[in-house]
Amino acid sequence: MPNFLYVFRGGGMSAKLSPQELQQQMQKWGAWIQQLRQDGHFKAGEPLENGGKVVRGKKKAVTDGPYAEAKDLVGGFLLIEAQSLDEATELSRGCPGLDVDGSVEIRPIASMNM
Amino acid sequence: MIPDLDFRRESARMLAALTRVLGLRNLALAEDVVQDVLCRALEVWKYAGPPRDASAWLITAARNRAIDLIRRERSRRDFAPDLELRSEYALAPTVAALFRKSEIEDDLLRMMFSVCAPNLPEPAQLALVLKLLCGFGTREIAAALLSSEAAVEKLLARGKEALARAGVLYEVAGKTQIEKRLEGVQHALYLLFSEGYHGSGEAVQEELCAEAMRLCGLLAEHPACATPRTLALLSLMHFHAARLSGRAAADGSLLLLEQQDRSRWDREMMRRGFDLLDRSASGEELSEYHLEAAIASLHCAAPSVAQTDWAGIVELYDLLCGVRPSPIVALNRAIALGEARGADAGLDALGALSADPKLAASPFLPAAQGRLLLRAGRTEEAARSFAEAERRARNPAEARLFASLQGDCRNEPLE
Repeated sequence: MPNFLYVFRGGGMSAKLSPQELQQQMQKWGAWIQQLRQDGHFKAGEPLENGGKVVRGKKKAVTDGPYAEAKDLVGGFLLIEAQSLDEATELSRGCPGLDVDGSVEIRPIASMNM
Repeated sequence: MIPDLDFRRESARMLAALTRVLGLRNLALAEDVVQDVLCRALEVWKYAGPPRDASAWLITAARNRAIDLIRRERSRRDFAPDLELRSEYALAPTVAALFRKSEIEDDLLRMMFSVCAPNLPEPAQLALVLKLLCGFGTREIAAALLSSEAAVEKLLARGKEALARAGVLYEVAGKTQIEKRLEGVQHALYLLFSEGYHGSGEAVQEELCAEAMRLCGLLAEHPACATPRTLALLSLMHFHAARLSGRAAADGSLLLLEQQDRSRWDREMMRRGFDLLDRSASGEELSEYHLEAAIASLHCAAPSVAQTDWAGIVELYDLLCGVRPSPIVALNRAIALGEARGADAGLDALGALSADPKLAASPFLPAAQGRLLLRAGRTEEAARSFAEAERRARNPAEARLFASLQGDCRNEPLE
């Protein structure tokens, strides 16, 4: 089965949520990922630290970053397995971050097979 | 999932400690740090759930952010004036010491005393308690206090300005210093509990009762704040909370005292209420909380309405009228009198109150009259009283109850 990368941006950070709403977000994420596991879609997933380094160009210049707007900053990723891009897209609609100004970018992992 | 992890509670703990370190003038900054820590926790924990020591993780994150912030800003901004934060050598140990558990509990008390300031109007005190000590968001406060978000925002903004003017957190130390404000704190917690108890029966309002009890529990654990009045107040809250779940039927409709299934009352909660009431009897003082707790204890001790010590309750209400007279106390006394000495005695007492402007909007005065008229067999007058109560109902659950009582008047055979 093909693999897909979910890239998460925003959600929670940019929305003005109360402590209880943040906790509910966390619980919804737990339930969503649990469901993906149960249905055999989940392969991996991790949060990312906010800061980091960016290396660019021939000179391999190192800068701190990325410094994007909170809503554009990648917060984490999931690697999932699905029949098709359509199914992966459909599954992503359950992402709780979408309710709080977040987004999911769905990228098929390129297959080496012809 | 960690069952007892509660973001609201954790946010209040972090905020209290941060405000102590950053200074009350920087309350907004402290709130930003809390929001930042909780958002980060969500980011990191949403994939695999919170760690076992989630609470310690949050406190450590808040502490580290405080240290970074002070290091970055100390040349431009004043933080807590009484702390040694300027020297790099002292900074980290000073801040770390203030994020210890026992210190945070004291900080919560400092925050509570600061917020319950006599120059702040009561609604602002309640909104600030919910915001700063219970971790409620603006929308949640509005829902719990039956207010609008805009109104709550205004209360909070004005309240925070007043706090900033005070400059530093109220120091909860020394008998005189504590006594000066303890009654105000107790009163705010009493109001918070009442707001929840006499609310519409929605879950969000019952949370107010739990929060008031938790904060009052903090007072009761502090040696100098655990006065007989504090213990009596906490006892009163236990007796009421024990009966919260029995007040409504499964479909949410309100139940009259005689309709309630007393086996649903929380025995353990009542036991703690009696225990606290015993402990509150150590001094000479007989406060309004002692009297209200004693009244509630007689209800809790009774196996049924008929077997309730109504004469004892009337006596306690007489004393309460002396300590803290109010139309509501007089109304409750009249109702108890109707039970103790019969419908006519009750109706006389209620009749004397019907001109009181403070009861002009209360549904409970006509409702109480209706019940006694019904018992006296005056069904038509009773139906009219219940109709008036229905007109004055403050929420749909009350309206349904009074409407059903009107129905009872028609069904009642003439005696």
